[in-house]
Amino acid sequence: MKFSKKILAFSLAACMTVPFLAGCSSKDTTTDNSTADAASTADSGDFTGTLVIGGIGPVTGGAAVYGNAVKNGIQLAVDEINAAGGVNGIKLELNFQDDEHNEEKAVNAYNTLKDKDMKLLIGTVTSNPCIAVAAETVKDNMFQLTPSGSAVDCVANDNAFRVCFNDPNQGVASAQYIAQNNVASKVAVIYDSSDVYSTGIYEKFAAEAANQNIDVVAAEAFTSDSKTDFSVQIQKVQESGAELLFLPIYYQEAALILQQASKAGLNVKYFGCDGLDGLIDQLGDDVAIAEGVMLLTPFAADAKDEKTVAFTTAYKNAYNNEVPIQFAADGYDAVYAVKAAMEKAGITDASISASDLCDALKVAMTEITVEGVTGTITWTADGEPTKDPKAMEIVVTENEDGTKTGSYAAL
Amino acid sequence: MMSFISYLVNGISLGSIYALIALGYTMVYGIAKMLNFAHGDIIMVGGFTIFTAMSTAWCPVWLSVIIGIVVCTVLGIVIEKVAYKPLRSAPPLAVLITAIGVSYLLQNIALLIFGSASQSFTSVVKNVAPVTIGGVTISMETIISIVVSLIIMVCLTLFINKTKAGKAMLAVSEDKGAAQLMGINVNATISLTFAIGSALAGVASVLLCSSYPQISPYTGSMPGIKAFVAAVFGGIGSIPGAMIGGILLGVIENLSKAYISSQLSDAIVFLVLIVVLIVKPTGIMGKKINEKV
Repeated sequence: MKFSKKILAFSLAACMTVPFLAGCSSKDTTTDNSTADAASTADSGDFTGTLVIGGIGPVTGGAAVYGNAVKNGIQLAVDEINAAGGVNGIKLELNFQDDEHNEEKAVNAYNTLKDKDMKLLIGTVTSNPCIAVAAETVKDNMFQLTPSGSAVDCVANDNAFRVCFNDPNQGVASAQYIAQNNVASKVAVIYDSSDVYSTGIYEKFAAEAANQNIDVVAAEAFTSDSKTDFSVQIQKVQESGAELLFLPIYYQEAALILQQASKAGLNVKYFGCDGLDGLIDQLGDDVAIAEGVMLLTPFAADAKDEKTVAFTTAYKNAYNNEVPIQFAADGYDAVYAVKAAMEKAGITDASISASDLCDALKVAMTEITVEGVTGTITWTADGEPTKDPKAMEIVVTENEDGTKTGSYAAL
Repeated sequence: MMSFISYLVNGISLGSIYALIALGYTMVYGIAKMLNFAHGDIIMVGGFTIFTAMSTAWCPVWLSVIIGIVVCTVLGIVIEKVAYKPLRSAPPLAVLITAIGVSYLLQNIALLIFGSASQSFTSVVKNVAPVTIGGVTISMETIISIVVSLIIMVCLTLFINKTKAGKAMLAVSEDKGAAQLMGINVNATISLTFAIGSALAGVASVLLCSSYPQISPYTGSMPGIKAFVAAVFGGIGSIPGAMIGGILLGVIENLSKAYISSQLSDAIVFLVLIVVLIVKPTGIMGKKINEKV
C-alpha cells in the first residue's frame, strides 16, 4: 500500500514537471525551426520569406475525388508561382489537411493549420464542412477562399470568397439554359434532400423554372441513408411523362440512377450541375448510357482554348496523366486569385499577421480580375464570383477493341 | 395498378436482400446471443473480393462468386475465433463493443487497400435483358435476388430442423450448459453458425453489388443496419421471422416512397417498427421466452 502511494506521488510529481519540460523543449524547437527557415530562405536567395497557405478538403472518404483534385490543382499553381519567383518575392507553401467531408474533422484540420502558422486558407472543398470552418475563420479574421464550396452560407462572412458558382446560381442558370435552348418543357428532378448543395440547387431551379415556363412534373428526393435503390423515384419520373431528368446531385448517385433507369427503360434526357463531374469514370464499362448527358460546369478538360490546354497538359504531366476535373481547375484558379490579390494589396512581407493579411486581401479581392481556367472572374464584396457557365455534353466514342470511352464536349 | 405491382416487385427485391443479411444476424443472435455488428462489413469484404477476382482476366464470374463466398466464410470463422470467443463469458455489452470495433477495423482496412472512392462493380448477370411480364419490367437482378433468398431460406430451415448439426444449433440456442452436458460441442456449433452466417453475407454481397453496381468501404454499413432492423422486426432469433421482416421492410420502404414521400420513407419504416414492437415486443415471429428464476 505504502509502495503504491509512493508511485502515485512520484507520478504526480512527474506529471507536474512534464509541462515545464515540454514548454522548454518546444520553445527550443521553435527557435531551431525559425533559424532553419531563415537559413533555407537565405540559401534559395530569391525569396524574401515563406507564406503558408492552408488547404482543407476530403482526401479520403466518399468525396475524396474532389479533395484530391483541389489539392493537386492548388499544388500545381503553387509550384508554378514559386518557379516564377513567388508572389512579390514571397515563396508560397501549401499545407493541405484531410477532413473526410466531415464538419468536425474540418474544424480540427483548421486548428491544426493555425498551429502550423497558416496565413490564409484555401478551402474547404465541400459545402457542409466549409460552413463549419467559415464560422471559425470569421472569429480569427482569417482570409478564406473556397475553391468549390458552393452553398450560399460558405461565403456569408466578409472574410470569405469562392471560386465556383453558388448553388442558387447553378439552379437558376440550369433552368435558363434548358428554357432558352428549348431542351425540354417537362422536367423531373431527383435530388438529395439531406445535402445542402443538392437542395440549394433544386429550390432555385424550381423557382426559376416557373418564370421560364418549364413544367416541373416530378420532384423526387432521397437521403444519404437510402441512396442505393432509386427504382421508385425512377418509376415516378417515368409516369410523370417528363422529357428531361434534372440531377442536381453528385456523380456516385447519378451513376446508380443512370444504371437503374437504363434497366427500367426510362427514356429521357439528363441534365446536371458540376457535381456530375466524375460520372464518366464512375460508370466504368457502362459509360455508353451516359451518352448525351448535359452538365453545366465552368471547366472542361478537353476545351481547346489556350489556357485550358496549358493547364490540362501541366496537370497531366504532374499527376500520372490524370485528366483534371473542374475541382482541380477551381483549386488552381484559387491560388492565382490569391496571388493577384496579394499583388494588388502590395503584400511584400511574409511575416504579416493572418488578420492584417485578411483585411488587405478582402479589399483587394473586389478589385482584381483573374483570367482563370474556369473563366474570367471578378468578385463582389459579398464573396461571389462573376463568370459565365458553360454547358457540356458527354460524348461516347467506341474504341477499336469495342470498349467505349466517354469525354466532355462543349455545347 | 401496373405501377403498384412494379413498386411491390422492386420492394420485394430490395427486401429479399435485407432478408438475406438479416438471416445472418438472426442466426448468430439466436445461437451465440450476440449482435454481430460486423456482419454488414463482411458483406463489403465479400463484395471487394469478388470485385478484385473479376477484374483479373483469368477468373470467370462463377469462380469469383465462389471465391467471394469462401473468403466471407473463412473471415467469419476467424473473427469469431479471434475477437468473440475470448469474450464468451464476458458481459454482453463488452461483446457488442468488440463487434462494433471489428466493424470499424474491416472498414478502415478496406479504406487503406481500396481507397475511399466508390468503384463501379460489374453485375454478375451483365448483358441479361430484363424480363417484361404483363407490362411490368423486372430486371434479372431482381428475379435472382428473390429466387436465391427463397431457396436459401428453405435450405436453412431444412438444415436446422433435419440435420444433426442443425439440431445441435437449436439445442445450443436453448441452453448452452445443458447442450454441453448432452455431448454437443458448443464451440464447434458456434463456429459453424458464424461460418453459415458469413457465407450468407457472401451471397448477399453478390446480390447487393449486382443490383446496385457500386462498391466502397461503406457499402455494407447501411444495408447492415437496415437488415438488423429487419431481424428485430421479424423477431430476432427466428429464421422465417428474418425473411418476413426483411421483405416487409423493403416493401414498406418502397411503398412509402411511392405513395407518401420519398424523403420520409426511412422515418416511416422506423415508425412501423416502433408500432410493431409496442404491440408485439418480440417481433412478428418472435417467441416469448419466460425467464426462469
